[in-house]
Amino acid sequence: MNETTLNPAAPDVVAAAAAAGAPADPFVVDGVTLGSRLIMGTGGAPSLDGLGAALVASGTELTTVAMRRYSPAETGSLFQLLVDHNIRVLPNTAGCFTARDAVLTAELAREALETDWVKLEVIADEHTLLPDAVELVEATEQLVARGFKVFAYTNDDPVLALRLENLGATAVMPLGAPIGTGLGILNPHNIELIVARASVPVVLDAGIGTASDAALAMELGCDAVLLATAVTRAQDPALMGEAFKHAVLAGRLAKKAGRIPRREHALASSAMEGRAEFL
Amino acid sequence: MNIRLNGTEQSVVDGASVSTLVSQLTGRSIGPDGRAADGLKLGVAVARNAEVVPRSQWHATALADGDDVELVTAVQGG
Repeated sequence: MNETTLNPAAPDVVAAAAAAGAPADPFVVDGVTLGSRLIMGTGGAPSLDGLGAALVASGTELTTVAMRRYSPAETGSLFQLLVDHNIRVLPNTAGCFTARDAVLTAELAREALETDWVKLEVIADEHTLLPDAVELVEATEQLVARGFKVFAYTNDDPVLALRLENLGATAVMPLGAPIGTGLGILNPHNIELIVARASVPVVLDAGIGTASDAALAMELGCDAVLLATAVTRAQDPALMGEAFKHAVLAGRLAKKAGRIPRREHALASSAMEGRAEFL
Repeated sequence: MNIRLNGTEQSVVDGASVSTLVSQLTGRSIGPDGRAADGLKLGVAVARNAEVVPRSQWHATALADGDDVELVTAVQGG
């Protein structure tokens, strides 16, 4: 017995669209259609092979990379791995503390990887890895002027997110919690506020610990989720990648379906009328 | 002459171009357009004295004694 026969009025929209050869609910950013709302990072994976398996299991179509000094010893090419799996690359400016360094790093990434997309990350210090709002604003302004499509990694601050959008950011990416902490979404209310006011895609970035965190991000209305550590450092990265694939989809569907309001008192789901009476 | 490559002093032939340097380091043959002769992507970029040298300029850009060169590529991160 399967559920389709039990409830023929609820066809599997995802499967139906996939059968038709199109993503059911594409994520469109900068005019590019992505079939997955899960953006993966690549940091923290112990091996390229394991990383490849996790990326494939996650279904991601967009993945971040960092720019670092070329070393002839490290010949295993991450770039080639992404090319092989047909995954679009999103270079980041991780490790930059100033707008100047971030802009130069973005320029190098554009040159090396031939994309004008950049995940702009300007951090304040190594202890918190939190974005430095002042440098972030400055760098966004400069990069937009230079023709970059800026995916701005930002604090969960609705005011700052809107300011970045007004400066021309292509997407705003508020953090759920500090990078690598796995603490989940510490301020869901702020994320909802950011979503409510944004007219560019909102991507929940950083802090995700497990699948339910990603589902929550989507339920809060985010357009996509970006995570790395939660998968790459999981005990079984490929299995966790698959878990996140489903979590993002589940959260997205739940958001679109419209959840029930929270109530203070119980509401019976079975009718009270017509009960048998036992005398 | 000597340059500083990725933070380390290195001796290079007088008048060597950026293209020559990239080719030596990556072991790939590079055309005058700054692209690998094998047709595959190189995936590297060069900054000279804190300014990006576009690949189209690698061939025409001669290194000078004391230049500070950064050669970067994509690695795991983010």
